[in-house]
Amino acid sequence: MNRRALTWLILFAVPASLAIAVWHGSVDIPAARLLAALSGGGESIDREIVWGLRAPRALAAFACGALLALSGTLLQALLRNPLADPFLLGVSGGAAAGALTAMLIGATLALQHLFAFAGAAFAAASVFAFSIRPSGWNAYRVILAGVALSAGFGAVVSLLLALAPAAQVHGMLFWLLGDLSGATDPLPAGLALGVAAVVAQSQATQLDLLALGEDKARSLGVAVMAVQSITFGCAALATMAAVLLGGSIGFIGLVTPHLLRLMGVHHHRTLLPLSVAAGGSLLALADAVARSIPAPVELPVGIVTALVGVPTLLFLLVRTR
Amino acid sequence: MLATRSLSIALAGRTLVENLALELNPGECCAVLGRNGSGKSSLLLAMAGLRRPSAGRVELQGRPIDAWPRRELAQRIGILLQDEPADYWGNTLDYVLLGRYPRSRTAYSEDPAAKGEAMALLEEVDLAGHAAQPYRTLSGGERQRARLAQAFMQDPECLLLDEPLQHLDLKHQLDVMRALARRAAGGRTVLMALHEPTMAARLCDRAVLLYDSGRVLHGRIAEMLTQDNLELLYQCRLELAGGPDAQVFVPH
Repeated sequence: MNRRALTWLILFAVPASLAIAVWHGSVDIPAARLLAALSGGGESIDREIVWGLRAPRALAAFACGALLALSGTLLQALLRNPLADPFLLGVSGGAAAGALTAMLIGATLALQHLFAFAGAAFAAASVFAFSIRPSGWNAYRVILAGVALSAGFGAVVSLLLALAPAAQVHGMLFWLLGDLSGATDPLPAGLALGVAAVVAQSQATQLDLLALGEDKARSLGVAVMAVQSITFGCAALATMAAVLLGGSIGFIGLVTPHLLRLMGVHHHRTLLPLSVAAGGSLLALADAVARSIPAPVELPVGIVTALVGVPTLLFLLVRTR
Repeated sequence: MLATRSLSIALAGRTLVENLALELNPGECCAVLGRNGSGKSSLLLAMAGLRRPSAGRVELQGRPIDAWPRRELAQRIGILLQDEPADYWGNTLDYVLLGRYPRSRTAYSEDPAAKGEAMALLEEVDLAGHAAQPYRTLSGGERQRARLAQAFMQDPECLLLDEPLQHLDLKHQLDVMRALARRAAGGRTVLMALHEPTMAARLCDRAVLLYDSGRVLHGRIAEMLTQDNLELLYQCRLELAGGPDAQVFVPH
């Protein structure tokens, strides 16, 4: 596909996916009533559903997907590893351990978020501390530290699930599977997305140069350690904000950059913003599906992203063989 | 002028270069010769400011190399590394354009002059027909020539090249050596690690010989590439063929 056409298609997908996410849900609202509610008229119940529930949820899903895709793109460039995804940093494990601990002790929702944030920040800071040396970064250390921390947090999460009363386990599992049902305020994630995306964009060309190896990038004038630290910071911020909003939603962060690369988008100056747009749109649509298809029961959106994402990536791999 | 002052390089407890005092002037083309593991790459990395020496220092225009801002240094010293990951996803033309980064923040420019220059360099290394091809899909030799084109795009005052002829067939070896000789004739300093004393004798005017235990010999090419020096360097018998203007060293 022509690259310009692809760019426009992905940019068009943003309002289209948000519109679909607002339109579809467990309650059917005909198009005329939806438009009336969107313009501030119509029945109050429709306005409440559209503006009070679906619009914040759609925006939260978009922000969460955009954050995960941005983080995945940054980590794949930083670690020069196509299998890198946001959860490699152990951030989701740290957040899950924090959130589940808070649930187990019966903490309020605000405290659950605080515990999750503390766990995520601890994980990101630990990976950073283990990976950086005076001589610079080492991608293998990032991966090893992330995998080790994830395994450690996985054991803590299993322990918490074993200790939890049966009544609490369902809520815990939803958190672990990736769930946007509690995502009603997209503002914090939106702010994190704005900061991470703008800062990451300022490093776009340097990220292309990192693909040549650290020595080569340095010899071309790149401040390698600064670029790596900024990139890590943006990826960690994006992952933390996404995990706090929707738990461990898999596949968006891994697959979105690959989908774009397989469609011919290579330069980070376009790959980063298109990852934001595509990742956000994909999760907004996946969440609409999760809310609508098995209505009135909600599926964790992580199941939908995996069920759709795996065959899509495999299809593209076969086509570009 | 690129110079080393009492430069020593050690790696894993082994001294590779000891107390080297080398001065390279604009327009000089110098070969670094030595056995595998003798420290050729380590010397080039130290001279590019990418590795700290164990003692001494490298100076560019009289200023210690680590005192130069990284970007300004990149405008003056460029290095072709022996190994480079082939992770770059873009096409070959864009890969070459990355060499502009020290002089242009955007690197990939829509500027037709920059693209024209990159295309001319691809032509020079015989890759013009591969400009739109993904860099990752080039063969080993084609990738090596693309890497050289990127180094030429960077156009630094000092070009340090670690085995610039690796993966190249005979024709392209000669083309590349001539391209390097042209840059030296144009006032650039060229320092390259080579495994072919025959090529060095043909196109370089100076040589640095790295012996075991850190001993270094350097001087005019004709004084350095003698049968005795090279037999001691490579620890094998050599036979000299050809005339004084076209020396050929054959392992015997």
